[in-house]
Amino acid sequence: MNLERSIRAGISNLIASGVGLIALAPLYLLLVNSLKNRVDANSMSPALPVTLEWSNFSTVIVQGGLVPAFINSAIYAFGSTILGVLVAALAAYVLARRRTRWHQFIYVLLIIGIALPTNYVTLTKVMQVTHLINTQVGMVVLYAATQIPFDVFLMYAFVGRLPRELDEAAFMDGCSPIRTFFSIILPLLTPVLVTCGVLNILNVWSDFINPLYFLNSSKNWPMTLSVYNFFSQGTSFSAGSNWALVSADVVLSILPVIVIYLLAQRWILGGWSAGAVKG
Amino acid sequence: MNNKAYPTWFAGGALVLFGVFVLLPNVLGLGFAFTDWNSFSSDVNWVGLDNFAAIFDPSSTYFTAIENTVLFTLATIALKTVLGLGLAVLLTSGVRRLAYLYRAIIYLPAVLPMVAVGIVFGSILNPEHGMLNLGLQTVGLGALAQQWLTDISVALWSVIGVDTWKGVGYIMVILIAGLLVIPRDYYEAAAIDGASSWKAFRYITLPLLRPVLAVTTVLNLLYGLRVFDIVYVLTSGGPGYATSTVYTTVFRAFGLGQWGVATALSSVFVIVGLILSFAVLRALRASEEA
Repeated sequence: MNLERSIRAGISNLIASGVGLIALAPLYLLLVNSLKNRVDANSMSPALPVTLEWSNFSTVIVQGGLVPAFINSAIYAFGSTILGVLVAALAAYVLARRRTRWHQFIYVLLIIGIALPTNYVTLTKVMQVTHLINTQVGMVVLYAATQIPFDVFLMYAFVGRLPRELDEAAFMDGCSPIRTFFSIILPLLTPVLVTCGVLNILNVWSDFINPLYFLNSSKNWPMTLSVYNFFSQGTSFSAGSNWALVSADVVLSILPVIVIYLLAQRWILGGWSAGAVKG
Repeated sequence: MNNKAYPTWFAGGALVLFGVFVLLPNVLGLGFAFTDWNSFSSDVNWVGLDNFAAIFDPSSTYFTAIENTVLFTLATIALKTVLGLGLAVLLTSGVRRLAYLYRAIIYLPAVLPMVAVGIVFGSILNPEHGMLNLGLQTVGLGALAQQWLTDISVALWSVIGVDTWKGVGYIMVILIAGLLVIPRDYYEAAAIDGASSWKAFRYITLPLLRPVLAVTTVLNLLYGLRVFDIVYVLTSGGPGYATSTVYTTVFRAFGLGQWGVATALSSVFVIVGLILSFAVLRALRASEEA
């Protein structure tokens, strides 16, 4: 019995570490090749670099224009998250507290957005008419809007579990609705705000399609677009490409995401999935 | 009391942003889908169902894109669900000590930008010096080596494979959360009654996990229908139209200035999206009751 159990645990660990290796292998390839010279990196082999070419990183930071791209990505990710999470929390709070048919309708309308695909053609028209196309403000507002349905959905359930007496007592004591919301409700929403915030930052940081449609000028490009451009301009999958530089460029572009993931994995692996399960 | 303490205008910001950038484009799209809206003329004329006839013509490239998208969606749902469930069970009952570490590592690809994933896998799947073919040759399976991204009959499956590599951890994490809320007593009772672990899985785990499986299926479905980045970076829809999907086709039509058709194709998806959104609501309701 005990033997069977440890054999079982051994096999389980073997499979799990095998899958883990498959998950990490591409990252390993990127990392080792980002430190090779051009010739050695050409075949993107898993061999360790002979000499460490740290200069690859400084080269791509300059050639690939990674600093402005990083700043743009950060503006889009953090700007849209602050705006989106705030308006979504305000909406979720009121909609969860007032359960008239109208408020129910608004709630359902908002969360239908989770399933609605984007019509990029007409959205382009909307972005043109509002003069938001090809602007940083436009990207922030657009990303904020697209995260609202999911945020409202997660926050609505969360507000529903906060006792109503809290805000009623504050209101009775003469707090304005705004003050009640910011000093009583918002702090209590912290866990769900962090979950929504982290997921949105990661989503925006990885997004590719929106900048592709709405940003013509490269000075507004986020990291995803600048990396793709660096990859497809200077190189391709054919011979003559510099995979060392491409690898270095990709490594630097995914570094922020990995840092955010490591810092926030508790909320990602726990918080949001628990929300999906409990509804 | 209600009106004063919880003013409806609190929802105004969300409603305005949602209305202008999510709802309005879709409503406009439904209208423009019946027109010849394009970049070459400022006139927009009503053309009835012409755009839809073009899209649903089985010999058109639009129809190929729809077929590819459906195949991609069904295949990724199946693969991510089966593999994700297997891994979730493994990490909740088989593995104990390092379970959290494995979970964090297997989830990691899900947070990586698809562009980065596409670029790396482009090199891994390179037929001459890519890791995959070299690896297959090393272990004596050289016969299985393929022109992964340029063979018409293989390319779409390569894209599906890469997407599964990236997405399976996400589904696994949700399923783990679902598995952890199933009371241990059920399994203990079943073990006392002499049920095998397969029977426990079949008669306890699967039925109790159904609402969560509904959620992951809907998430996979919504993602699959919208797939764009990975196809764009890996194959750009090629070779020919072998991996073109609805969103890559809309992007191409948009670039060519064929806005009416592109809008019609998007609008077909709005309808599908609306039907699916009811599926979302039902799945979520079901999980609330469970």
